[in-house]
Amino acid sequence: MNEAVTLLRRLVLAQAGAREWARDALAELEAGAPERSLHLFLGFAPRRLGKADLILCDADRAAAEAARPGWRLDGWSLDGAARVLALLVHRGARPFAERFADLRRTADVAELIALYRGLPLYPDPAALHFEVGEGLRSSIEPVFEAIAHHNPFPRDHFDRDRWNHMVLKALFMGRRLGPVQGLDDRANPELALILRDFARERRAAARPVPDALWRCVGPFAAEAGALDDLAAALDAPDRRGAALALAACPAPQAAALLRGDRAAAVLAEARALGWDRLEETAP
Amino acid sequence: MMIIDPHAHMISRTTDDYQAMAAAGVVAVIEPAFWLGQPRTFVGSYVDYLSSIVGWERFRAGQFGVRHYCTVGLNSKEANNEALAEGVMEWLPRFALKEGVVAIGEIGYDEQTPLEDRYFRRQLELSKELDLPVMVHTPHRDKKRGTTRSMDVCAEHGLDPAMVVIDHNNEETVEETLERGFWAGFSIYPSTKMGAARMVTLLKRYGAERVILDSACDWGVSDPLAVARTARLALEGGVPEAVVRQVCYGNALAAYGRSGQMREADWLDPPAIDQRTLFEGNSVLRGGREPVVAPPGARRRAARETE
Repeated sequence: MNEAVTLLRRLVLAQAGAREWARDALAELEAGAPERSLHLFLGFAPRRLGKADLILCDADRAAAEAARPGWRLDGWSLDGAARVLALLVHRGARPFAERFADLRRTADVAELIALYRGLPLYPDPAALHFEVGEGLRSSIEPVFEAIAHHNPFPRDHFDRDRWNHMVLKALFMGRRLGPVQGLDDRANPELALILRDFARERRAAARPVPDALWRCVGPFAAEAGALDDLAAALDAPDRRGAALALAACPAPQAAALLRGDRAAAVLAEARALGWDRLEETAP
Repeated sequence: MMIIDPHAHMISRTTDDYQAMAAAGVVAVIEPAFWLGQPRTFVGSYVDYLSSIVGWERFRAGQFGVRHYCTVGLNSKEANNEALAEGVMEWLPRFALKEGVVAIGEIGYDEQTPLEDRYFRRQLELSKELDLPVMVHTPHRDKKRGTTRSMDVCAEHGLDPAMVVIDHNNEETVEETLERGFWAGFSIYPSTKMGAARMVTLLKRYGAERVILDSACDWGVSDPLAVARTARLALEGGVPEAVVRQVCYGNALAAYGRSGQMREADWLDPPAIDQRTLFEGNSVLRGGREPVVAPPGARRRAARETE
């Protein structure tokens, strides 16, 4: 984690107006200051440093990727980065997970976002299982996204059930799937079945089915009994997602469904866009 | 006209109310920590309550384009449960530095018991230590003497009156509150506190200096549009617009802005991170535009008809 700490420290101190305060306070935390000092630092971070977006260059992005594959700092704020940094450097008397749980209980929205964005950098990930679950259960979308988006923690540490539920909840809340790290690698038949049912529920309610839903269905469409759903979806507004999903399905019936000029045209259009832009251009 | 409602218990209000308030020009609300209509019996319920007013409720308000701030404190009613009160006092400092906490409050007297007195004083000391304003709840019974006593105790603890809002004033208390240099809050709350027409009379008599209007809307019969309605009534009654603007917006911002946690830019030009996180799905405040304002009644009806 030293690379992550080095990167965060460099970014925070470069951008901080109150550089001396931040440097001294972080040094105290590193030297084993009591938890009260950590609470104060977290409270003062937005007051002293401001809430501007973290300024990043491509080298910083590469450094983040090198420190932790899948970790992205885009969208982080200066105070949020400082808070995560403080947690990482604090040498506390209690185990990290205990301090984390205590901070989470009293956190405001911005703190919750920072706490969860830092997940891939913390020691002893297994000990954070319950705390992560609380964040996923949140109805505050940016808190949920702090875990689900641009964060390799779910990919690396979630069991299948938790993973599947996170993907389903993201769709349920109208969040994007593109920024979920490991989305294609962790696709599985159970998730395909769950998403097929969710699509049917949406159709029955005459509500739109997001294109991205089909992304996790494709590879297991046959096992999940979703081929008929995909065939029907080729005539629906989410046809491009359905076409990409069928193309990703190894079953011969899937290839058969894509034969014909109309299906081929839809697939060509969908490929030109790709999953990410398909999601971005969604109504 | 932009409006701040600096005393609104939004956790007991509906999404309809938020929509109507936003439509009536309310850009920001302050949610004072209070009881829930009945006393809590575990410290943990109080901690979770404080956590929800700095967290979920702040987020919920943002969905409607309303900026949410709060005050944290141990209220006078629950100060009478000593075990609970001691527990809450241990947790309070942890919450006082959260984002959007603009004061210690609402604190003060209810029955004016010795326990109420003890925790009022301890929280005044906390506000001094943290350099936060104070919102004082004045008692409904034995009001005049209770209000005087509240100000005496603030003075005894060396608080700068400019850092203290004495709330729930009426015709009997306002003169002393203003004379002694405190901010004078008026809660436009049917029957028990202050009425809109009476308030207009008071505005004509006392003017705008250090006068703050709020709705104190909560779980009782109360009106989240009380400030907007009173503003309209005052304008119709010939109170100068500058006065109305000051008592419905400017003074609240000046008083609670002393916390450093409430700035006009928060709603006119919020930082990018807040636009992404607190105003999710909301376009009202993006791009630093002034919110569209219509008479509260009309907008409220319109909001209902479109659903």
